[in-house]
Amino acid sequence: MGVDRRGFLKIAGISALLGLGGKTAIDFLAPGDLEASMDAVPLTEGNRWAMVIDMQKMDEEMMDKCIEACHSEHNVPDLGNPKDEVKWLFKEEYEHTFPGQKHDYIGDEVKHKNFLLLCNHCSNPPCCRVCPTKATWQRKDGVVMMDQHRCIGCRFCMAACPFGARSFNWGDPRKAPKELNPDFPTNQDYPTREKGVVEKCTFCAERIAKGQLPACVEAANEIKENVLTFGDLADPDSGVRAILRKHYTIRRKPELGTEPNIFYIV
Amino acid sequence: MYDGGKIIIGLIVGVGLLLSPFIYDAGKAAKAPDPELTAKAKEAKECVAETSYMKSSHMHLLDEWRHTVVRDGERYYKAKNGKVYYKSLQTTCLDCHSNKSKFCDQCHDYVGIDPYCWTCHIEPKENK
Repeated sequence: MGVDRRGFLKIAGISALLGLGGKTAIDFLAPGDLEASMDAVPLTEGNRWAMVIDMQKMDEEMMDKCIEACHSEHNVPDLGNPKDEVKWLFKEEYEHTFPGQKHDYIGDEVKHKNFLLLCNHCSNPPCCRVCPTKATWQRKDGVVMMDQHRCIGCRFCMAACPFGARSFNWGDPRKAPKELNPDFPTNQDYPTREKGVVEKCTFCAERIAKGQLPACVEAANEIKENVLTFGDLADPDSGVRAILRKHYTIRRKPELGTEPNIFYIV
Repeated sequence: MYDGGKIIIGLIVGVGLLLSPFIYDAGKAAKAPDPELTAKAKEAKECVAETSYMKSSHMHLLDEWRHTVVRDGERYYKAKNGKVYYKSLQTTCLDCHSNKSKFCDQCHDYVGIDPYCWTCHIEPKENK
C-alpha cells in the first residue's frame, strides 16, 4: 500500500501513542463529534445469515447469471487465467464440491454436474483464527467479513480455508486484460481491490445493511424463486429454516468441524 | 591547525551547498491552494460537519467512518443537524465533491501527502 518498512514502524509507533490518548484528544479538541456518529441507524437484523442452494432446480445458465451479477456488483475481474482467478461465486464439479461423498457408482448426471460455490460463512471459521491482523473476522450476524484496509496479504487464511473460497490479488485488478473486462470497474459505487490483498464473498454485507438480498439471490429470483434462499438460521420462522425442515440438505466437508452455513439440496 | 585554510574553505562551500536550496527558494513560497467547491457542494451549504471541523479533521472523520462501516457494520451517520448520511467516501463525499483534483489533490500535493484511498476506491470521472 505504498508504505515502506520504516514508514510502517513510524505509523505503528504513533498509532500506539494515539491509541493511548486518541479518544481523549478528540473529546478535548472536538467534543461531541464522535458521539454523533455512534448514534446511527440500526442495520438489518440477523443473528446467523445462511443460504440454501437447491441444486435440483439450478442449471448452468442460472449459475452463470448469478456469477455475473455478483462479479459485476463487486468489480471482480476476469483475469483469463485459472491460477490467478479471483473467486467470489464460482462453479466446481461434484467430486471437488463434496470430496468425502464421492464413490464410483454415482449417476453421470450428478457426477458431471457443476455446483455453485461461495464462502461458507462458517460458524467456526478457521480463516479468522489464523489471520494475524484480524483483517478477516466473524461479525455478530455470522458474516465472515474482510477488511481490505487491514489485509497484509500473508495468505494464511487461504491456507486455512478448506473450501478454496479465498483468492489473492497477484496483480492490480485494474490492470486486468481489457478484452475480457471491457467496462471494468463495472460498479462505480463499489471499490476495487489492489495488488497484494486477499478477497472473497462477503455475503453482500453492503446490501444486507440496506435491507436488500445478496446480488446472487436477487439474480436467481429473477429467473426462478426459491432456488437460492437467504435468511436467518437463528430465526425458526425464517425461509431457510422452513426449507431445511422440509428437505434433506448436505454441507461441504462437515467432518472438518467448521460448521458451514451454505446448505445444498442435491 | 593543519591545512586550516582548506578546511575553512571546505566548510564554507559545504554549508553553502547545504543552504543553496533554501537560498534559491527564498521568498518564493507557493501560495496555499484554496479547495474549489462544485455547484452541488455550494448549494448544500453544509457538509456532514462544520466547515472548520472538516478543514482540520476530515481525515479523522473518514478514518472513523471507515472503521465503523467495515468493522461494526454501522453504515449511516447522523449529523448534528439530524440529517442522516450514508457513510461512503466514494458515493457520498465524492458525490458533492466530484472535482477531486481541485478539491482534494491540490491541497494534498501542497502539503506533500499521498493518501492511498484511490488504489481501491474509484475516483470520480472529471472533465479536466
